[in-house]
Amino acid sequence: MSTTATSPVQGESQPDKSRRPAESAKPVTWKLPVTLAVLATVAFIFFGLLGPQVNAKFGVSSGGDFFQLPAIDVPAFLSGIVLSLILLGLAGYALVLKAKKNQRPPRWLPAVFTVVFVVAFLIWVVGGARTPSISLAGLIAGSVTLAVPIVFGSLSGVLCERAGVVNIAIEGQLLGGAFTAALVASLTHNPYLGLLAAAVAGALVSMVLALFAIKYVVNQIIVGVVLNVLVSGLTGFLFSTVMQSDPEKYNSPGELPIIDIPVLSGIPVIGPILFKQSVVGYLMYVAVIVIWIGLFKTKWGLRVRAVGEHPQAADTLGIKVNATRFWNVTLGGAVAGIGGSFFTLVAIDSFTKEISGGRGFIALAAMILGRWNPIGAFFAALLFGFADNLQSIVTIIGTPVPSQFMAMLPYVVTVFAVAGLVGRSRPPAADGIPYIKG
Amino acid sequence: MVRVLKLELKGITKRFGSLVANDHIDVVVEPGQIHCLLGENGAGKSTLMNVLYGLYEPTEGEILIDDKPVTFRGPGDAMAAGIGMVHQHFMLVPVFTVAENVALGAETTKTGGFLDLEDTRRKIREISDRYGFDVDPDALIEDLPVGVQQRVEIIKALVRDAKVLILDEPTAVLTPQDTDELLDIMRQLKSHGTSIVFISHKLREVKAVSDTITVIRRGKVVGSADPGASTTELASMMVGRAVSLTLDKAPANPQETTFEVKDLTVIAPSGQHVVDGISFGIARGEILAVAGVQGNGQTELTEAILGLQERVHGSIALDGEELLGRSVKDVLNAGVGFVPEDRSLDGLIGTFSIAENLILDRYDQAPFAKGISMSPAKVLENAKTRIDEFDVRTPSGMLAAGTLSGGNQQKVVMARELSRPLRLFIASQPTRGVDVGSIEFLHKRIVAERDHGTPVMIVSTELDEVIELADRIAVLYKGRLVGIVPAGTGRDVLGLMMAGVSPDEAQAEAADKHSAPSLSENPAGTPAENPAGTPANDPATRPATNQTPAAPSAQEPGSSAVGDHHE
Repeated sequence: MSTTATSPVQGESQPDKSRRPAESAKPVTWKLPVTLAVLATVAFIFFGLLGPQVNAKFGVSSGGDFFQLPAIDVPAFLSGIVLSLILLGLAGYALVLKAKKNQRPPRWLPAVFTVVFVVAFLIWVVGGARTPSISLAGLIAGSVTLAVPIVFGSLSGVLCERAGVVNIAIEGQLLGGAFTAALVASLTHNPYLGLLAAAVAGALVSMVLALFAIKYVVNQIIVGVVLNVLVSGLTGFLFSTVMQSDPEKYNSPGELPIIDIPVLSGIPVIGPILFKQSVVGYLMYVAVIVIWIGLFKTKWGLRVRAVGEHPQAADTLGIKVNATRFWNVTLGGAVAGIGGSFFTLVAIDSFTKEISGGRGFIALAAMILGRWNPIGAFFAALLFGFADNLQSIVTIIGTPVPSQFMAMLPYVVTVFAVAGLVGRSRPPAADGIPYIKG
Repeated sequence: MVRVLKLELKGITKRFGSLVANDHIDVVVEPGQIHCLLGENGAGKSTLMNVLYGLYEPTEGEILIDDKPVTFRGPGDAMAAGIGMVHQHFMLVPVFTVAENVALGAETTKTGGFLDLEDTRRKIREISDRYGFDVDPDALIEDLPVGVQQRVEIIKALVRDAKVLILDEPTAVLTPQDTDELLDIMRQLKSHGTSIVFISHKLREVKAVSDTITVIRRGKVVGSADPGASTTELASMMVGRAVSLTLDKAPANPQETTFEVKDLTVIAPSGQHVVDGISFGIARGEILAVAGVQGNGQTELTEAILGLQERVHGSIALDGEELLGRSVKDVLNAGVGFVPEDRSLDGLIGTFSIAENLILDRYDQAPFAKGISMSPAKVLENAKTRIDEFDVRTPSGMLAAGTLSGGNQQKVVMARELSRPLRLFIASQPTRGVDVGSIEFLHKRIVAERDHGTPVMIVSTELDEVIELADRIAVLYKGRLVGIVPAGTGRDVLGLMMAGVSPDEAQAEAADKHSAPSLSENPAGTPAENPAGTPANDPATRPATNQTPAAPSAQEPGSSAVGDHHE
């Protein structure tokens, strides 16, 4: 048999160049389909078969809405069965795709799976509570509130890592921002000046990172960790020596007012989260959109991404790699600093030790889960905020699940996120690698 | 429309510490010329071009454009002055599209800094049409073959209005066919008025396109040569003494086949079959050269034999014993000598002394060790012998191996691997980045090992080396064995095979081309075996490959008409 006869497929006589198809280097593994299947089975057993035989009540409207929607009554058992069957279907589809065609599930699948799972979980938890009733509007509004610092932190991470510098110091930047905001606002009696000072403080922390990581080529992870400890120690020290000596003078920043946009803020559920926020809350939405447009639609963004992916290529095109990195890291710090001010100017109107409580690290996870994309990071941060809020609300209404397990929820989500289970994550190629010319 | 530009380098000196990379170099690039810088690896060509491109600042000397001195603070200045550079390792962002890469650094923007990629796309199409590049502005770089990526680099320079284009070892990563296309593009660019500085150490290519040749040796200009000069003349100028470019080697005297690979498949972490169902054998006393463009599974093949790869299926038998599944140490002890492709990464420990590097594989064996103690005297004694035997140029065996030149480092690796009785010798890229003088020596040692009755496997991406050493040639393409052909198979046939064309068809196609009149100019000095103007736009001549899933490993070497004349 001649070779020509064995290869008749090449009727498509293409020119030489297109002969090599783009080989997908990414592996198709069983990891995701199997995980989905396990989760779906768990959902079917607990949310479905062992689901509570009551109606779960979800309040939709809050008192201030300009029209009232009736609360939603959901039969917990039935919906548990239906939703977990949908989950099983999705997982089955992913398994079949992998087994039959060796394909990975479409991108929407994990997202839809997550949403359905969360809804089923919510109904199950509420249905099993002592008072099976919850305000959906309150739950979502609370999630957004808790997510604000995480969103700012993850945006800071996106800005730094897209330029190729790993920013572990987000926690320190949040904390620095929170402390400075409280101090400056107390001294000047102007929370807006506090907000500005928070941005400056975050930027200063970042500049230290940038200086050591870029100029002196110290390991970025180590500098970041050290900075976190440094800021934590410094703010803790100043808190107990200065602030506590005269809290009236040094630690009563006053709150940033909530700006209520008439009519719009009365829309049920989304009204309060979009149109009834402090300046920091509005800034969050603006920052997400501006940074996204900046990174992907402008000259600045193209250069930043090039510096993070292939600094040498950028250098040969006359782009100043290390300067770009320096200013991006600084900007990232300012963004995180504003996020930090949320703790002391919006959420609680005073500073306490370690007020950021590890949210800087959760922000890092949100950045990875959001695939180094500002919008992705925003939704990932919302998910963490939701987990955080659910835990506290559910403890109040009383659930069969021990509250300690609920408190673990955000961290479990983080572990899954960082393990890369939810979607493939591909960091910028030069992330964390210092650029030395020549 | 074309502003011509005369470029002059005057007395350029570049020192790195005590090392003089460039020593008062004078070069004049006349407008509209292809000017070749010929020199060995490490002669200082790339340093010189990096100076010209503003990446390094010269220690002394000046750059003149149209007789006016200029200083470049960075590549941006050089580009603004009309100098473009295509680096040996492409400077392209893999996850960006062609348009984004071309735009980068010279972006057209709408108000507010918003990118106007449409404008860049238009420019890319314009240049593509003018030179017949066929580049899709919206393709991702990482999806494009190397040859096309190189064109993107050229487009990048042209979009920036480069009048002088520097090509740094542009053919190192290309198949022979791609190389011929590139040479053609260079001629086209020249006819459009772009001057080209062509950096290379490959004589065949240099002779084919150059108008002027400047030879650089050890950082100094040693003279200029006429493109009509013979390759031997050019090589002698480059090396500084008479060299013989052809290896005197006796015909192979193959005996029984003692090394056999069957249905070998290596799966990369990505799940891709980087080596895909390969079978071949090597007899005692013959050299099998594995040819192919870089990244077609050669590395994984050699690493699989040595036991360095994780997911390997099939069988690897040496003297009837299975090597697969055994530890690297076991494999070495079975008599396998291995020269890895990257000596500085896998072949040597740069901070260890030469003497220590020479016993890396036997440090725990007699006579170098007894129980838990080592015998430094024996180690040094061994080093003295090997250094003499392999002509390693060093004052002492106590020096760190990293201080040696590339050629001498390679000699150390080779000396270590060849200094024990072998049952199989594998050398990957045995002369990469090695000076011509050392190449001669290393090649002789490899042939000597063959004549000693050892099966030898050479992996090389340099076709010249393959042709020189091989008794049989195996060609890899995308992890599959395209075929095994005898030594003496034509360069163009091998080139086609390296692009995945089966041996039969490669033969037929090559024969066709020789009978048909050449489409493009065939400049003086280009031998017939270099078909300038490979018809990339003529799909009919290159239809089939053996890429069908039906025919992969079933492509037995013996079934091809070219055959392997292996008794």
